[in-house]
Amino acid sequence: MNHISEQQLVLLYYGESTEAATIDQHLVECEACRKEFRALQLVLNTVDSAPVPERGADYGKAVWQRIEKRIGGRKQRRFAQWWIWAPAMAALLVSAFLAGRLTHKPLGPEVAKNQQQIRERILMVAVGDHLERSQMVLAELSNAPDHKGKLDITDEREMASELLDDNRLYRQAARSTGDTAVANVLDDLERVLLEIAHSPTEVSSSQLEDLRQQIESRGLLFKVRVMGSQAREQEVAPAPQKNGKKL
Amino acid sequence: MEVEAGSAVERARSGDSDAFRLLVEQHSRAIFRLAFRMTGNEQDAEDVVQETFLRAYKQLNRYEARSSFATWLFRIASNYSLDLIRMRKRHEDKRERGADEERDILQSIPLDTPGPERMAYGTEVRDRVNAALNELSAQERAAFVLRHFEGLSIEEIGASLGTGTNATKHSIFRAVQKLRKNLEPVVGHER
Repeated sequence: MNHISEQQLVLLYYGESTEAATIDQHLVECEACRKEFRALQLVLNTVDSAPVPERGADYGKAVWQRIEKRIGGRKQRRFAQWWIWAPAMAALLVSAFLAGRLTHKPLGPEVAKNQQQIRERILMVAVGDHLERSQMVLAELSNAPDHKGKLDITDEREMASELLDDNRLYRQAARSTGDTAVANVLDDLERVLLEIAHSPTEVSSSQLEDLRQQIESRGLLFKVRVMGSQAREQEVAPAPQKNGKKL
Repeated sequence: MEVEAGSAVERARSGDSDAFRLLVEQHSRAIFRLAFRMTGNEQDAEDVVQETFLRAYKQLNRYEARSSFATWLFRIASNYSLDLIRMRKRHEDKRERGADEERDILQSIPLDTPGPERMAYGTEVRDRVNAALNELSAQERAAFVLRHFEGLSIEEIGASLGTGTNATKHSIFRAVQKLRKNLEPVVGHER
């Protein structure tokens, strides 16, 4: 018998060889192949030493606490609850934010700076929430299983349509504060949300692929995830002092 | 245990969030381990865990009991991890550069590390294993992790990742080749 190939040895190692008995017999007789198999075993056994950070027994509870709110919201009327108040809240926040910028009385420079920081912080908290909801829509479409037939995206379409209104407001507010990075991401997001909102309720696999391309070509899911995390960090960070950092 | 899990799945499907909480508590650590091995990054792994359960909750009606609930979750987690790795690699625009850097890192880790010999050797091996895993493509890493650490068959991996059996085998073969290339110089010290 010829020597055993590396691929055959890999399959043997993982117990997936269809010719295990023959290979075993060959290994008994052939020192070169035996040596090769030992070298392969050594490397693959060594890979097991790659450490994984430990998670305690309560980790599952912590995960549940993080997702419970989002699942609870869906459970009753799916997204309907925040559908109702989110656009109004966004409009209110942005209006207050812009009004504060345009109509404020002359103040001392420190007070004005602190007020500006507080307004920006409030805006970022709201944007963080918006990005989190947008991320859900993008992730759903990016990870949807490939169907031979049609895929129902009614929920995603509905969400995208509602998110569009908020997005416009946040984008305008970000532009007005000179937050170009945030404004640009919201700009990209708006185009994709528009595409999703205008898609049919049932999409074919090629239409789904087009949507995915739209999301991926702009690196949108990644940008939204990163920016959302930054906004969340601001949310939990201490209130800005004199040199509060802008996103 | 399977009966309990099965009944929790059934209750979760009918809208019982307490039942879904039990499933989250039961499977979170395993999903984290898988996600960390796939992404090599703790923060990404946390994101994967979270998104996996959110997605699973939304798709509970699509779950068919032909596979175990854990396998179904693994499928969601591995696909999400794959997408995350691909996006990250694409948008950091440094796949090529990254591979070169990883090679540099591998070269730069000294073989004769000073200090307590055994401990230094263990640390060095772990560093090299991590660097070698990072050098695999997203597809190779996903297939390898599912086969090597999670014990899924090649057929199951193909079904999970949406690749054919031959393509899955070749991803694993390429992964093993790269790992051997990078790790044999270190493991050789032990021989």
